[in-house]
Amino acid sequence: MPVEIVLVKYTRELKINAVGRDIPEEILKITGKEVFQGNNYKEGVEYHKQGPIVKPVLDHNTSKMVGSIREALIKCGAHDGMTLGFHHHFREGDLVVNMVMKEVHDMGFKDVTICASSLGKAHDALLPYIEDGTITGIQSSGVRGKIGEAISRGKLQKLAIMRSHGGRVRAIQSGETVLDISFIGAPTCDDYGNCKGIGGKSDCGVLSYSFVDGQHANKVVAITDCLVPFPNFPADIAMTRVDYVCVVDAIGIPEKIATGAAKPTTDVRKLMMADYCTQVVINTPWFKDGFSYQTGVGGASIASAASLAKIMEERGIKMGFAVGGMSKGMVDMLDRGLVGKLLDTQDFDLFAVNSVKRPNHHRISAGAYANPFNKGCFVNKLDYVVLAALEVDTHFNCNVVVGSDGMITGAQGGHPDAAQGAKCTIVICPLLQGRIPAICTDVTTVTTPGESIDVVVTDYGVAVNPARQDILDALKAADCVPLKTIEELRDIAYKIVGEPDPVQFGDRIVGIIEARDGTIMDVVREVKDYTV
Amino acid sequence: MEIVKAAIAGTLESSDCMVTVEPGEGSVELELESAVIRQYGRQIRKIALETLDRLGVQDAKVRIVDKGALDCTIKARVEAAVYRSVGQRADLPWGGAIV
Repeated sequence: MPVEIVLVKYTRELKINAVGRDIPEEILKITGKEVFQGNNYKEGVEYHKQGPIVKPVLDHNTSKMVGSIREALIKCGAHDGMTLGFHHHFREGDLVVNMVMKEVHDMGFKDVTICASSLGKAHDALLPYIEDGTITGIQSSGVRGKIGEAISRGKLQKLAIMRSHGGRVRAIQSGETVLDISFIGAPTCDDYGNCKGIGGKSDCGVLSYSFVDGQHANKVVAITDCLVPFPNFPADIAMTRVDYVCVVDAIGIPEKIATGAAKPTTDVRKLMMADYCTQVVINTPWFKDGFSYQTGVGGASIASAASLAKIMEERGIKMGFAVGGMSKGMVDMLDRGLVGKLLDTQDFDLFAVNSVKRPNHHRISAGAYANPFNKGCFVNKLDYVVLAALEVDTHFNCNVVVGSDGMITGAQGGHPDAAQGAKCTIVICPLLQGRIPAICTDVTTVTTPGESIDVVVTDYGVAVNPARQDILDALKAADCVPLKTIEELRDIAYKIVGEPDPVQFGDRIVGIIEARDGTIMDVVREVKDYTV
Repeated sequence: MEIVKAAIAGTLESSDCMVTVEPGEGSVELELESAVIRQYGRQIRKIALETLDRLGVQDAKVRIVDKGALDCTIKARVEAAVYRSVGQRADLPWGGAIV
């Protein structure tokens, strides 16, 4: 059964979790959740996967085509209190969420929960629907823009739930979140619901995050702006899982879905961090033929991947697979024969989108990528992952969701998933962001536990988690990077910018950060206006 | 030191601050707007008031718009604004009131 979650007053009864965070008893009661008790707490704990309600189609005269989103909502039995699923493959160019929610609002539905793989600035238009009670719940990897601010200011009636990409699949498959209707923005689709991420005018390459919606939502609506002849095959989301198909003018803004390749950085600070990162990779024992790797699209990450490729070529070392979000850097490696397989969950630029059609560039589901509650996902097979963070603290805990000023401003994405899965997890993080120290005593909010983080690369040196003596020994022996303790890095930061005052929060808890396994990693409190 | 006329120092670039001083109404009045007010508001206020005190400014309206400047920058911008307001551009007391 889905749990009813409402905002509560902070109480004195607390439970301390494995990352030292106080989780109020009240929050545990309301959510029915446990506190986070370490990465492998649920190892081997069996559960029953939940299946969707299925409305069979036997009559060959039955049409799945609907004339409008309104008609789709009516046919799907839309009602007050429903939960709607969405994917974020159109990124900042997404038009689907706003289009559907406008109709939901205009039809007068209330108390709706959005369960999206992520939400961003493209969804600022939803703000009035939060204020008028149309939307009362948000479950997402994170939120940027006005909605993040609205949640932080306590405008959302229920607790916001921030969960990783793997965590979303777990929550849906375990029945914790029941999706009444999922809307799948499909770049191409036929009249019987075979959806593909490839083709059309809103080409996003893959539909990985919505596989679970196809498998588990009680009703599935494909929304497309490019209807193609039957069968649209091979399909990412098959017709066997789709109830209705709706054609609209546009589901995305192409130039915001996939941009051109990011310009290689010339920022010497980023290039220095990229070099440290590459040195860490090539001087640790997993850098050998067939190794596996995931990286992001930050300037330093891209630069590090490029320099790594050069060293791989020189030494005749090939990568077995790369997984996660894809961009030009990884596509180039595939071109040069430096990587065996790209396992793609999201495409950040046109190079990645166009590469999806090629052999050895495979589309995988978010579940195969990162779901902690299946029988083993790809992140478990990672040797290296290179990540970023807003803040890292002296316990190596990372924050990627809540800004240092207390405002929700980012998303977990696959951060906690890949960080736990990889043998060597590297976080690249400049010591200072303006005056804000990124290396601090305690992060504002824990999103990824320190036990998952092995190496922190900054522009002032590299810190290794003391739990990873093996990595520390390897880097010491190689004498390849300036090694510091995490406390030394924090002290350097505080010496330059001064120690920050703790942010003043209100009493109300407005959201929870869910760990991969569904336990509570941290809570997010309402921000209040600053007073001296 | 008496604030004679309105004066300004600094910019609105990231990691800088813009300081405006004007003649006051009998006391030091400090208005602060900062990108990092939640973490550093107290500290910025402290460094600004200390600097004004050291310069002997007891009657002024001071406005700081801060974009994440370090303490040394804030101090320098406050000093520059104050000396500009009294028209002193030479013989600045380096090592004295300006530490």
